Amino acid sequence: MSYNFQFGIVLDALPDLMRGAALSLSIAIVTMAVGIVLAMPLAVGSWNGKGLVACLSRSWIELARNTPCLAQIYFFFYGLGAFGIFLSPWLAVGIALCFNNAGYLAEIFRGGLNGVNANQMKGARSLGLGPVGAYRYIVFPQVFRNTFSSIGNQFIWALLNTSLGALIGLYDLSGVAMDYQSRTFKTFEFFLAIAVIYFILAKLVLFLANRFKPGGARHAA
Amino acid sequence: MIEIKQVRKSYGSLEVLKGIDLTIDKGEVVAMIGPSGSGKSTLLQCINGLETISSGEIIVDGISVFDKATNLNHLRRKLGIVFQSYNAFPHMTVRRNVTLALTKVLGVSRDQANAIAETQLQRVGLLAKADVYPTALSGGQQQRLGIARALAMGPSYMLFDEVTSALDPELVAEVLATLRQLSAEGMTMILVTHEMQFAREVADRVVFFHEGVIAESGPPQQIFGNPKSERLRAFVSRAG
Repeated sequence: MSYNFQFGIVLDALPDLMRGAALSLSIAIVTMAVGIVLAMPLAVGSWNGKGLVACLSRSWIELARNTPCLAQIYFFFYGLGAFGIFLSPWLAVGIALCFNNAGYLAEIFRGGLNGVNANQMKGARSLGLGPVGAYRYIVFPQVFRNTFSSIGNQFIWALLNTSLGALIGLYDLSGVAMDYQSRTFKTFEFFLAIAVIYFILAKLVLFLANRFKPGGARHAA
Repeated sequence: MIEIKQVRKSYGSLEVLKGIDLTIDKGEVVAMIGPSGSGKSTLLQCINGLETISSGEIIVDGISVFDKATNLNHLRRKLGIVFQSYNAFPHMTVRRNVTLALTKVLGVSRDQANAIAETQLQRVGLLAKADVYPTALSGGQQQRLGIARALAMGPSYMLFDEVTSALDPELVAEVLATLRQLSAEGMTMILVTHEMQFAREVADRVVFFHEGVIAESGPPQQIFGNPKSERLRAFVSRAG
């Protein structure tokens, strides 16, 4: 039996798909923001921390990067249920992606920290800045510049990873598509449509990232 | 007054400072000379606690640098330091390099910090460069920025760690001119330097380091004109 392509159904569903896309993008933005904040101490801890601090930050990074993101989402959604903690789909996806992004970003920042001259820290400390102030005002702004493209790539990963939320009932872009295709049986149309939407969103993120990329003149020689 | 008492420092089994005693009075200009690896730069960075010591004591205006109760961030405001490697902050304009610590450490308002920055940049002849990024500066200009940045904090002492060593010869003079001007203004300064002519000219006292000890010290006329030890005589004749 031949298959009748019907993209009209997708157009009818467009408002719902857009709402789903908005949710996907919001989760990506929030989990990236939280991920960046968490990744800074993790990167420093694994970079030059000692004892327990180094051990904990290393473990976080290794777990986040070497286990499937889906397993991480399942852990927070189903796994925590074993301890009587029940999270809503978006909260489980949000926490899992924060954990995941923080691990990857920490590894990116660790490389970036190596690229900042040790004298920058000395210079900052010599002016009376404490370690937190020195990292915040002097070291990390340079790390962000050095790792700007990698942060952009991680953002795209975060956006695409939100699609895993559909598997635990999140009504994100993929969740909407799954819902509609199960009701209309227009599987190909809906998944092609959301692939296009993900692609456009990812390109849009890259475009904005390049647009706001720190100027070349500001880079360290 | 800076009092350095029986300071020792080791890296593993290598002892780089072997019992240093030195007192620097307010208003004095002290030049520390000696071969590379003799411990002079290490000692300088111990004075503001950027390097730690193994034993002994360093006291700045009655405050023991390595006492656990000492707030080092607070103490460092008294001690400006400029390093051999230019370490301007590359992601900030020249002006912001100077105002950052004023606003974040001293809590000075933006306007007031900008006024201080302009005064200090004027002092080192960099006011015209206030709004460029440090990568657009020459090595000599970056060193003068380092000096302005340190001076902005209103230090009682200025420490200079071979500030001309990494500079092209034609850029050395402009930095030395700034140092000369500071000494004329009565700033207490400790200079680790390889510029013997300069040490002779501006220093009240010259301290000769050799293998982790102060081998000889005295007024420049004595150190350069009438060195007592063979080592110093050899060093001075080599260094010219």
